Amino acid sequence: MTDSLIRPRLSLGPVLYYWAEPDLRAFYEAVADSPVDIVYLGETVCSKRRSLNFEDWMELAAKLTEAGKEVVLSAMTLLEAESELLALRRICDNGRYWVEANDMGAVALLAGKTPFVAGPGVNTYNQHSLAVLARQGLKRWVLPVELSKQTLAAMQRERPTGVETEVFAYGRLPLAYSARCYTARHHNLPKDDCQLRCLDYPDGLLLKTQEGQPFLALNGIQTQSAQTYSLLPDLDEALELGVDILRISPQSHHTLAVIDAFHKGLDQPSTAKRQQEAILRFMPTGPCDGYWNNRPGIEQSV
Amino acid sequence: MELVCPAGNLPSLKAAVENGANAVYMGFRDATNARHFPGLNFNESNTAKAIDLAHSRGVKVLLAVNTYPQPHNWGDWQTAVDRAAGMGFDALIAADLGVLDYAANRHPQLPLHLSVQGSATNYEALRFYHKNFGIRRAVLPRVLSLSQVRHVVENSPVEIEVFGFGSLCVMVEGRCLLSSFAAGQSPNTFGACSPAESVEWRETPSALETRLGGILIERYGKTDRAGYPTICKGRFEAGGHSYHAIEDPTSLNTLGVLPDLLKMGIAAIKIEGRQRSPAYVAEVARVWRQAIDAATRDPEHFSPKAEWNAALAKVSEGAQTTLGALHRPWQ
Repeated sequence: MTDSLIRPRLSLGPVLYYWAEPDLRAFYEAVADSPVDIVYLGETVCSKRRSLNFEDWMELAAKLTEAGKEVVLSAMTLLEAESELLALRRICDNGRYWVEANDMGAVALLAGKTPFVAGPGVNTYNQHSLAVLARQGLKRWVLPVELSKQTLAAMQRERPTGVETEVFAYGRLPLAYSARCYTARHHNLPKDDCQLRCLDYPDGLLLKTQEGQPFLALNGIQTQSAQTYSLLPDLDEALELGVDILRISPQSHHTLAVIDAFHKGLDQPSTAKRQQEAILRFMPTGPCDGYWNNRPGIEQSV
Repeated sequence: MELVCPAGNLPSLKAAVENGANAVYMGFRDATNARHFPGLNFNESNTAKAIDLAHSRGVKVLLAVNTYPQPHNWGDWQTAVDRAAGMGFDALIAADLGVLDYAANRHPQLPLHLSVQGSATNYEALRFYHKNFGIRRAVLPRVLSLSQVRHVVENSPVEIEVFGFGSLCVMVEGRCLLSSFAAGQSPNTFGACSPAESVEWRETPSALETRLGGILIERYGKTDRAGYPTICKGRFEAGGHSYHAIEDPTSLNTLGVLPDLLKMGIAAIKIEGRQRSPAYVAEVARVWRQAIDAATRDPEHFSPKAEWNAALAKVSEGAQTTLGALHRPWQ
């Protein structure tokens, strides 16, 4: 690692699953003492998940800020009902923290008013889209998960001044959103009477092919990869590309160990592959990194 | 209410025009549109023919440039927009922020529609596209209930178009990466879900298997009707059960709620299916023309005729139809 390369910061993405309140609180208590620099807080998948309300999140945000973390409030990805827009407006008008927009409705409310992050839910596929968002007050963008390091390199060359680049570096990949809740469907329940079944699947519900290959994970209205995306072995490439922030997406167990592994990898990039081996056992159905290498996302390079 | 029909090629365009379409939508022969399939779409010379033919019958022609360019291929999208502006299209249907921005600045006279691939499901998002790019119309993703659609229409700064009939994306359009996860190419990046070169049909002694990027999507018995392998219509196993975990193979058909759509002020009904045959386009356009005319004449007493539903069922994927997300219990 040469001196000219900046050391990326580590962020913790929003919890994508439905965890009960005590679990969420215990999780963030541990996070406060972890070496992550940035913490994204809030519900981004389903507005029926209410372990914490807006005031609770704000309180948590204040605590984490006190612990030295930069806090960003994350907003929902699929906004349909007026009640969801009301909740969105409260987040956008919070007056204190940056907001991660995951829908253009959020961008509309934040534009010119509040510094914002374009999260994985915003399709920023090229430098011209990035420029449009920068004019609205964008401070940071997250590379869409299906894009490769080649595309990232090209976008980094034309990145507007004052805009940071974040990459989803660890976790089950968010792949799709729907009107329909697949967790409720799995239990033969209508979405409107889902009985909050997502609480039973703190890392999503595994979907295998008919020949037993792990393929996807159902997380309510969101569909994820079964495999865990990890760029830990590719840290050197992320460093070379000038990535400012690496995002770790929380899982119900061992997230702190994953943070630790990334932290050590950044301290000593030559050990990154070894760090990856140490956390392989925490990935429910193994790793994948295809998207980074411009391959089908499910693939894992050797 | 406009009837907007798919035109994957010249014969389909003719079928649409002759059977009552008010507008047709089409794409160029590359990844700049979301039906990038072999043998489909228009090159330069038949584009001009298509526009002439439609315009001579008073039918509008819309061009979809509605996928997401990346830095290495941005030029293709820019070229498509420039060509569209010079050829007399009635509107450009786009999704990418950069493409919309380019079109709005470079060709301010070219009307813009926000594509369904733009994933705008709420009026705040529509306000953004209207304010920044001056879009005139937006196509809504097939994820909203009827009352949610009404709410968007009431608060939208632009006209709203909804899907009326055809294959059903259950995922929010523009936000589905399932295809690239298995096969490396998605509607966003490549303009096709389950690109043909990654699809396999494999005969085994007891079944016909369909695969995408090598991944087993469905296993059909010898007498089953096999469908094209899209991941969301596949059969998978969860918690010990093998089932259509995401969606059954079924088509969208909103004939039953047409008077509601009219009453709430929907500006246009879109028929899906640029990849389908001219016969499909003719049949669907004919039925929907009659239905829209009947519902407009007498919305109070409108009900879909049995012969219309029978005709549509014949051309439906999976031979079943649904109101999809418009009907809340489906969700």
